Amino acid sequence: MNPVDKRRREFLGGAAALAGAMIAPGVFLYDYAQAKAPGEPASGKVRWGMLVDTTKCESGCNDCVVACNTEHGLPEATRATDAQWIRKVELKDLRSGKAISAPVMCQHCAEPPCVDVCPTGASFKREDGIVLVDRHTCIGCRYCMMACPYNARSFVHEPTTGQKPDVPRGKGCVESCTLCVHKVDRGGTPSCVEACAAAGHEAILFGDLNDPQSEISRRIASVATTQLRADLRTDNGVRYRGL
Amino acid sequence: MAMAGFPRGSLRPALAAALLLGAVAAGAGALAAGPSLDPARAGPCVEDPKLMRRSHMDFLKHDRDDTVRRGIRPAKHSLAGCVDCHANAKDGRVLGSDGHFCQGCHSYAAVKLDCFDCHAATARPAQTASAVPGAAR
Repeated sequence: MNPVDKRRREFLGGAAALAGAMIAPGVFLYDYAQAKAPGEPASGKVRWGMLVDTTKCESGCNDCVVACNTEHGLPEATRATDAQWIRKVELKDLRSGKAISAPVMCQHCAEPPCVDVCPTGASFKREDGIVLVDRHTCIGCRYCMMACPYNARSFVHEPTTGQKPDVPRGKGCVESCTLCVHKVDRGGTPSCVEACAAAGHEAILFGDLNDPQSEISRRIASVATTQLRADLRTDNGVRYRGL
Repeated sequence: MAMAGFPRGSLRPALAAALLLGAVAAGAGALAAGPSLDPARAGPCVEDPKLMRRSHMDFLKHDRDDTVRRGIRPAKHSLAGCVDCHANAKDGRVLGSDGHFCQGCHSYAAVKLDCFDCHAATARPAQTASAVPGAAR
């Protein structure tokens, strides 16, 4: 073996030993995240994400949007300035006529531009990759709305009524999809995912991107998926199939 | 006569002062009784009530950061937990009149209460006092 190869082998072996305990040659034991116990903080071992399968998403179906509004006590968006955490986008290739329908919401970036620009630290990313607004520190400057490449955030212009106990929201703050953090922390899944499954489409899959055994990771490993505006290198937690 | 030197009108301010004192004393009696508030649903509070009266805002402020930023749910001191236990038995709210738990005490203490500009002032429907963390202790 030439000495360079030998050094490489040694280096890679050392790196592998750091990454996980080898229980047999070639068999590694990794420490993957378990379900979060009540009262435990969010773990950095987990990265929550979603996979939207545009081949299953039905044009004209709005169930995910309705479910989101119901879950979070959002009034139905009637004006351009109304809060909108998830929206249906219809794309059409003019040449072939192929139409695609998909929901777009906060992409829960690993490198979120909204967090970079926030002057108060209200916009933040949790350990488990969920990007949130802390309304206690949000001053409503809307800089994050400018920074977001996905137009995912909304500003609350009007006084709010009918808030849900788990989803406080008020006038003067910016808000966006929370990945139903109040449900995820209790071991649940986001409402849009449940609504899509209830409608029989199962176009949205939710899971831990860090766990290679999770359904979402296996799907991403087996079919071609893309992140929106991957050129921005925000490393979105929401991925799309069939765009 | 000793009183003859005083102008007749001096009795009026004295009387007014006496009346005012009386009114203040009566008011102090009502204040000392404290606000009359809705009873908590069941079980002891998450902390000693004396401590809660003085420090509930600090507990809430500490645990809100734990919940929002670190995802610790359920928090021991959560506003939703307060509301679940202290809501009025009829309308399920902590605001509405000076008998309602949060509003009553805050109006008694003349402290502005702006939690409920954003947070729901209504108890969670499925939640009973026994489900509130720490309430069973």
